[in-house]
Amino acid sequence: MNQWKNFTKGFFRESPTFALFLGMCPVLGVTTSASNGLGMGLATTFVLFMSNIVVSLIKSFIPDKVRIPAYIVLIASFVTIVELVMQAYVPDLFDSLGVFIPLIVVNCILLGRAEAFASKHDILSAGIDGLSMGLGFTLALIIIGCVREFLGSGSLFGLEIYPGNGILLFILPPGAFLALAYVIVIINRIRKV
Amino acid sequence: MEYIILIISAVFINNIVLAKFLGICPFIGVSNRVETAFGMTGAVMFVMVISAVATYLMQNFILVPLGITFMRTITFILVIAFLVQMVEIILKKVSPSLYQALGIFLPLITTNCIVLGVAVMSVDNDYNLLQSVVFSFANAAGFGLALILMAGIREQLELVNIPKGIDGVPIAFVVAGLLALAFMGFAGIV
Repeated sequence: MNQWKNFTKGFFRESPTFALFLGMCPVLGVTTSASNGLGMGLATTFVLFMSNIVVSLIKSFIPDKVRIPAYIVLIASFVTIVELVMQAYVPDLFDSLGVFIPLIVVNCILLGRAEAFASKHDILSAGIDGLSMGLGFTLALIIIGCVREFLGSGSLFGLEIYPGNGILLFILPPGAFLALAYVIVIINRIRKV
Repeated sequence: MEYIILIISAVFINNIVLAKFLGICPFIGVSNRVETAFGMTGAVMFVMVISAVATYLMQNFILVPLGITFMRTITFILVIAFLVQMVEIILKKVSPSLYQALGIFLPLITTNCIVLGVAVMSVDNDYNLLQSVVFSFANAAGFGLALILMAGIREQLELVNIPKGIDGVPIAFVVAGLLALAFMGFAGIV
C-alpha cells in the first residue's frame, strides 16, 4: 500500500472524528481550550502508535479467541505509562484532563484500529496508520478546541484575540455539542465540493 | 438525605452524558428507538451496579494494601470486561427472556466509557461501598434519562424535513446541545 496515502488518510478522508465518528467523548469533554485538545490528542496518538505497532508485532502469537482481551490489556498498559508520565511532567494538564486520561483505554479508535488494521498489516503500515489516525484525532480536537476557545473566551492557545469574555455558552457543555455539530456540517460541505 | 442529594446531582445537575460527556457513542448510536434505549439503559444499569461493588473491593482489598494503585486502569478494565462476559453467560442460562432483551447490548458495554469512568470517579472521590453503589446507580439512571429523552426526540425528528447538510449525526448533536442547555436549568436545585 502507498504509505503516503496511508499517512494522510486520517486527517480528512478517514478522519476518526469527522468521518468515522469514533471516540467522541474526549472531543466534547476536553476541548474547552485548544491547548487541552492538543495535550489529549498527543497522549492518544502515543498510545495508538505504540499499540498498533505491538499488535502488529504479536498478531501471529495471539490465539484468535482471546485477541480482544489481549488488545485491551496492551492498550491499558500504554495508557498507564502515559498516565504516570503526564502526572510527573505536566501535572497541570493532567489535572485539567482528569478522568479522560484513564478513559483513553475505552476510546473506540484504539480497539477499532487494532482490530481492523494493525492485526492485518505489517509493522510499518500499522505504525503509520496509528500516527495518521492519532494526528487526525489531534487535529480534530484542536479544531473544536479553537472554535470553543475563540467563541467562548476570546483567545487561542491562551493568547487573547479580542477583549471581553466572549460567549460563555461555548465553554459550557451545550456549546460543546453545538460547536461539534456545526463543524461537522461545514466539513461535510467541504467534502462534497 | 446525603444519598438523595447524590442521586439528584448525578441524574440532573451533573448528568453523565450531557454535562460530563461520557458515553457519547451509545448516546448517538442507539438512540433511534425508545425501545432500544430502554434495553440499553437496563443493561448498563445492571453492569454498572455490579462493577461498582467489584471495583470497590478490588481497589480497597487488593490495590491499596499491595501499594499498586497505579495498576488501577488495567485492573478495572479487566474486571469490567470479565464481568460483562460473566453477566452475559449467566443471563443466557438463568433468564433467557432477559437475555433476549439485553443480549445485543452487553458486548457493547465493555467499551462504554461510563462504566470505567464512574468506577474511576468513585475512587477519586473516596466513596465508601454504599456511596459507590448509589453513585453508579444514579449515573446509570442519568444515562438512561438522557438516552430515552434523546430517543423520543429523534423518533419525532424522522417526521420532519431536515436540510440535507445537517441531517444525521449533526442534527443529533444539535438536539443533544439543546438538551444539555435545558439540563443546565437544574443547576442550583440542591
